[in-house]
Amino acid sequence: MLAWTIYLSFLGAVAVTLTPATRPVVTRFLALLTTLAGLGLAIVAVAQNRSGQLITIVRTPWIPSLGIEYHLAADGISLVLVLLTGIAATAGVLFSWNIDRRVKDFFALYLVLIGAVYGVFLSFDLFELFVFYEIAIIPKYFLIAIWGSTRREYAAMKLVLYSFAGSALVLAGMVAAYVVSGEHTLSLETLAHFPFPVHFQMWAFPLVFVGFAVLAGMWPFHTWAPTGHAAAPTAASMLLAGVVMKLGAYGCLRVAMMLFPRGLDPWGFRVFGFGSWQQVFAVLAVIGIVYGASIALVQKDLKFVVGYSSVSHMGFVLLGLMTLNQIGLSGAVYQMFSHGIIAGLLFAVVGRMVYDRTHTRDLGELSRIPLGRLIPFAAVTFVLAFMASIGLPGFSGFIAELEVLIGAWRAFPWMTWIAGLGILIGIAFSWRALQATFFGEPATAKAPEEVMPPISVPERLGAYLLLASTIVLGLYPRLLMDLILPSLNGPLFEQLRQGGWR
Amino acid sequence: MSNNLPLVSVLTLLPFAGGIVVLLLGRMGRSVARLIAAGVATVAVAYTALLWSRFQPAFAGMQFEEMHAWEPAIGLVYHVGLDGLSLLMLAVSSIVVLMAVAASWSNPKQGPAYFAFLLFLETGLFGTYTALNFLHWFLYWELSLIPAFFLIRMWGGSGRARAATQFFVYTMVGSITLLLAFLAIFLASGSFDFIELARMAQTGQLATAIGQNLHWHPWDSSHMMMVLFCGAFLGFAVKTPVVPFHGWLASAYAEAAPETTMALTGALSKMGVYGFLRILLPIFPEQMWRARTVLLWLAIASIVLPAFAAWAQSDLKRMFAYGSINHLGYCILGIVAVAGSTGGQASLVSDKAAAVTGVMLQLFSHGITAAALFWFLALLERRSDGQTGLNDFGGLRRAMPVFSGLMGITLFASLGLPGLMGFPGEFLIFKGVFRLDGWAASLATFGLLMTAVFLLTIVQRVFSGPLGERWTGMPDLTLAERCMLAPAIVVMFAVGLYPQLISGMVHGTVVHFAGLVGY
Repeated sequence: MLAWTIYLSFLGAVAVTLTPATRPVVTRFLALLTTLAGLGLAIVAVAQNRSGQLITIVRTPWIPSLGIEYHLAADGISLVLVLLTGIAATAGVLFSWNIDRRVKDFFALYLVLIGAVYGVFLSFDLFELFVFYEIAIIPKYFLIAIWGSTRREYAAMKLVLYSFAGSALVLAGMVAAYVVSGEHTLSLETLAHFPFPVHFQMWAFPLVFVGFAVLAGMWPFHTWAPTGHAAAPTAASMLLAGVVMKLGAYGCLRVAMMLFPRGLDPWGFRVFGFGSWQQVFAVLAVIGIVYGASIALVQKDLKFVVGYSSVSHMGFVLLGLMTLNQIGLSGAVYQMFSHGIIAGLLFAVVGRMVYDRTHTRDLGELSRIPLGRLIPFAAVTFVLAFMASIGLPGFSGFIAELEVLIGAWRAFPWMTWIAGLGILIGIAFSWRALQATFFGEPATAKAPEEVMPPISVPERLGAYLLLASTIVLGLYPRLLMDLILPSLNGPLFEQLRQGGWR
Repeated sequence: MSNNLPLVSVLTLLPFAGGIVVLLLGRMGRSVARLIAAGVATVAVAYTALLWSRFQPAFAGMQFEEMHAWEPAIGLVYHVGLDGLSLLMLAVSSIVVLMAVAASWSNPKQGPAYFAFLLFLETGLFGTYTALNFLHWFLYWELSLIPAFFLIRMWGGSGRARAATQFFVYTMVGSITLLLAFLAIFLASGSFDFIELARMAQTGQLATAIGQNLHWHPWDSSHMMMVLFCGAFLGFAVKTPVVPFHGWLASAYAEAAPETTMALTGALSKMGVYGFLRILLPIFPEQMWRARTVLLWLAIASIVLPAFAAWAQSDLKRMFAYGSINHLGYCILGIVAVAGSTGGQASLVSDKAAAVTGVMLQLFSHGITAAALFWFLALLERRSDGQTGLNDFGGLRRAMPVFSGLMGITLFASLGLPGLMGFPGEFLIFKGVFRLDGWAASLATFGLLMTAVFLLTIVQRVFSGPLGERWTGMPDLTLAERCMLAPAIVVMFAVGLYPQLISGMVHGTVVHFAGLVGY
């Protein structure tokens, strides 16, 4: 049944194009219904599969001559991300309610993107996963290039080029795996148990990992992210940061680490002090955490602040993956979910609630508008999002970052301190953005008060949905942990556990 | 582990729910909001009184305990309970918040959101004082910071933005070192539970676990424990505050509305001292003992220097703000002296018990007295169009005799006049500390002296002398204000004359704390 998340999104995309152009409301409701249906299916699936074991949904031959199958399946990690996609997609539609230019095209592309994302998370055939991964790139380009703002064509092209470059690496790794295994299959289930030669894994792992990590915003391949996030329309920023970056992180875990776990083993020699890919990528992750936060601290454009904060938060995902222990990995998955929600919320406030009303994202100009008084709802939402983003307890980010830090402490203690420094800088830049945006004082005491359109119902609903998600999962982490942990302990990750797991 | 009725959890969440109701019904106007807030705050006081009456003072362990598995993978177990200390802190916070609500009753600037934030703050306080697992304790610890920040930021004076930021940054840095220290402890010991960690510390298992699991060459377990102690100490030292971590305090207390400062000094500052007693003393007794000289000097500095600083101020709010550091400094002195004396001789134990009882009494009395002082300032400020300078007034006792009389009583309670609330606490602390660390107690008496000097200066400059022309028509306290203030004044006499009221309640807990450091 979970397969219908994909089909419904694609069908919805087609249906949206058939709606009358004169009645944008119909289009919007249709898009909302489609995403809501996807969310409903995701919730039902999570409710039914409380053990997080691998369940096969569809499995039929697709290109038999190459051994390629159409294979949809889900374990706990997939379910968590499918749920995230459902929530982010629904919220995204709610925050796009005010799109009035080429509405049909917008929602059609939006739904294609959603469908492709569901497809990646549910694919258990490497080829199929790759196809969905590529499908997702195209709507991203148009969403940014047509409905975007600041330097949109540059940003859209940059995003696409980075994505394709990453894909090329993945493709090379995929073909190599197909040939080396000689099993005449690209099924992840089969390949996960295939013992690839260690020397092969040593170069295939970094290839595929970097390929996916480009999309996860790993430093130094992150530069598409802030420009892309800033240029994209609100809903697309929410999806880019909330879900698309997770595609990359998911690929790192599901493909690179699951298939080539020995690639993380020590090399047996040292280059510049590094003894394994694990150390290399962990250092890159920590650099991303600190670098992203530091750059966010000096940005003038509010959307760039949030964009760089995503780079910083995704660093925690990558660091968690590189800890190679249960708590760090589960923290990484939890952070994928948590950041998806929180980044969505931040972009919603910045892009929709603030920018669409003030038409500026410059912190200096914003600080002269008493936004806290004009749109208090946005201020409250942003304060809560800010608290969630800096990882205060009670929000999902706390659990996720705590687990990653605990895991990291076991693997590389000194890096934990640097990551902790990143959290501090994170507090500083969030603080600065919050102060300037909502608690600025007008330059003159009697500045003419602008009248702002009030916060609309869809905006409120979207904000409630995202806030509820991060708080519920901050207070009751077992809801997802019960899905994540059995998956990590399941047969798929057996090789990883036997490899560098400690 | 027996699970009782969730009495404590209900109490903790009650103000939060009340705050939500206040926000939802706030549109109906300020009068509805304040009525609900006052109702909730009163129920919280009554509820605390109910717990107080069902509490068994002789029993040293936790009562009304609740324990539920939450997220075992990260050591998160919902564990709350009350001992004498927690109960005392609940009493102080609930009374102080009620006082703050009463003080804001007729301040039109403070709308529904203000009352909601006060109630949220109360939940943070209750949670901090009852939680026994670090993680959700930390949740409340941080959550109390947020409403406090907004109370300062949104309803303060002209320098409020700077003051609020300073407050936030200081406490956040302390919180982070605290969090890192406990993360390390969890990594080594596998537990976040205060009771369990205290037990491990007493039996030496904690040091062993740290030595085994946090091997950082060339540091051994005692170095590591010291580092962790410093991290945790910083968190509490900033909150209390202990000199030299007090930089945020004066401007925060002075820039916030006096009604807000009531809650800050009366209830929030106790969180730091509570941390010393609940966490530092039981979990790091050896480190406190090792660091006793430094800590004693810090305590002395926190007593003496702020008293001088208060004397040098020209603004009443800042004087009381520094006075607050001074008063809590006695608590720190008592705790450090207890931790710094080893050996289990009977005489020492009784001195330690005296000091700890004094700390408890001081916590209670400072909470009520300081809140009352800022209440008087709020009343004064509203009558004087915002003036609170030491030299702005004079001769007020002629214009407002009742006000001057009641505030005078509170000032004397604050400086520890026998018969009033401040006396038994300070007396017992000094009684204990003189035997444990005579030199420290001697130096600290300078603080006592200077407190008297600056408080009497206030009495002299504000109440005596010729009445300024501007103030001849200043209205005295209204009947409503008198009725609201009366209970606080009654408590000052009651506890001053019959300290058993408090000390009897915490007896079991005091014996427990005094016996903790006999290693």
